[in-house]
Amino acid sequence: MTAGAPVAARRGLLVGLTSHPSFRFLEHDLLVFRRGWHSYILSGLSQPFLYLLSMGIGLGYYVNRNGGVPGGVPYLNYIAPALLVTQAMMAASAESAWPLMNKIAWDKTYLAALNTPLGATNLLAGDLMWIAFRAVLISVLFFAVILLFGAVSSPLAILAIPIALLTAISFAAPIMAFTATQKTDQPFNMLFRFGITPLFLFSGTFFPIDNLPLFVRPLAWFTPLYHGVSLARSFSLGQVDPVADLIHVAVLCGFVAAGLVAARITFRRRLEV
Amino acid sequence: MPDSLSSQDYVIHARGLTKRFGAFAAVDGVDFDVAAGEAFGFLGPNGAGKTSTMRMIGTVSPVTAGTLTVFGLDPAHHGAQIRSRLGVVPQADTLDNELSVLENLLIYGRYFGLPWREARRRAGELLDFVQLTERSGDQVEPLSGGMKRRLVIARALINEPSLLLLDEPTTGLDPQARHLLWDRLYRLKQRGVTLCLTTHYMDEAEQLCDRLVVMDKAKIVAEGSPRQLIERYVTREVLELRFNREAGAGEATGEGVNLDSQLEGLADRIEHLPDRLLVYTADGDATAAAAFERGLRPASILVRRSSLEDVFLRLTGRSLVE
Repeated sequence: MTAGAPVAARRGLLVGLTSHPSFRFLEHDLLVFRRGWHSYILSGLSQPFLYLLSMGIGLGYYVNRNGGVPGGVPYLNYIAPALLVTQAMMAASAESAWPLMNKIAWDKTYLAALNTPLGATNLLAGDLMWIAFRAVLISVLFFAVILLFGAVSSPLAILAIPIALLTAISFAAPIMAFTATQKTDQPFNMLFRFGITPLFLFSGTFFPIDNLPLFVRPLAWFTPLYHGVSLARSFSLGQVDPVADLIHVAVLCGFVAAGLVAARITFRRRLEV
Repeated sequence: MPDSLSSQDYVIHARGLTKRFGAFAAVDGVDFDVAAGEAFGFLGPNGAGKTSTMRMIGTVSPVTAGTLTVFGLDPAHHGAQIRSRLGVVPQADTLDNELSVLENLLIYGRYFGLPWREARRRAGELLDFVQLTERSGDQVEPLSGGMKRRLVIARALINEPSLLLLDEPTTGLDPQARHLLWDRLYRLKQRGVTLCLTTHYMDEAEQLCDRLVVMDKAKIVAEGSPRQLIERYVTREVLELRFNREAGAGEATGEGVNLDSQLEGLADRIEHLPDRLLVYTADGDATAAAAFERGLRPASILVRRSSLEDVFLRLTGRSLVE
């Protein structure tokens, strides 16, 4: 046969896969994205640049001069993979809060879509795919800047991108489940002030959690961010510990699974009344 | 099973249809059928159960009890299949403010599984139909209320539905915008689209509906064509009388009784509204003249044809729009 046949078959498979109704709502989000894609790219490049410059190089200068972080790696290399994961997590969390509320309660984009063959679960799946897309976009741009700074110690560092994706969804799914139960956006400020921001600061992004007082350390173990950060860092620094890494992956998958189950329930309860 | 046979003949078939939210019955055992090509209306005040009924027909709200079929299908099991043939104009516009006018239509076509090319073709035609072609590339937010409403109607037509559900399509629009909208709906009806709408405007029901049910407190209280309902429940004409009252003097009911006795024998029925008296009679002018002869001196006299508003007043003792 000609070489064209497998290509056509592959295209057929892709069309078959993307003909699922959930992809229709992903298309909605991508259509919105298309209108402002440059700002996503711009902030996706400037954020890592600013972080790596100020903390990695600026603050890192003093850290490295005063004994450095455990393992003797430059501070820039230490925080770079962690910041990548954190940025994807922050964006996914925010996207699961206000924009989702807009679709449910303000612009009611969801209610319009529910009058078509799409159902609540298609909307959930479509939006999760959009958030996954955003997380990957942020991670890829972040990784590009890390390369620019020369802050990788192992080729495995690229695995930070799928790890960031997994971590992003482990936050997005439960937050989406929560958002679907809310009448206003009031609780989101609390969630970010007392939940997301402290996690960002204390989940081992900037310093090992061993530096935390003993009684708060277990808190970090129960947050998905700590596991995502540890995982990305272990690959980035080439310090792979199969057992510990498997546990990290398992915890993240646990959060994703629990979040998906909860979101499916709260979405249907909110939208099919 | 003659009932299930007949349900196939109707686009919508409901028996004992009920929607409860906890202990509260929003729709309480209503029966109605809508035939293909018909313009069918639910007339009633806010909270009568019209929207809940529409949402059940639209398969976005599960039926609590009773039977409902749409296109002969059960919404509980064939929701997506029913919705693929429905056009829905919800009470809230639910337009996407992050997208342009055209994109709102395109993505909606995609939700129905249309190829992009086909969605683009239909969107062009529909923008023309609702006179929004010039606004195609604009954002949605700056559009006027009437334009947004027309865009929502265009959006509801992207899948070429055979049944169009409209929940209070002209609420909040100015008279000009309403007439333009009515004209478009009338054209759709002529093309054979079945229309099912709710309204609390009697002029809208009279303009658009072949047949309607009057809903009040979750139940259907009357059913028929606008003409039939007027003939059945009220007289041909209404004489509206307004009297000047000194502030504080002449308590309404006392004076009402007095007026009632003065109008004795001249009217089929008299309704007392806070600001005026409605005298139901076959010949308004004759009744006005007779009342004048009996010495009544109202501040203003108006003779008009009876409307569905009068039907509603007769059936429920309350006016439609408070």
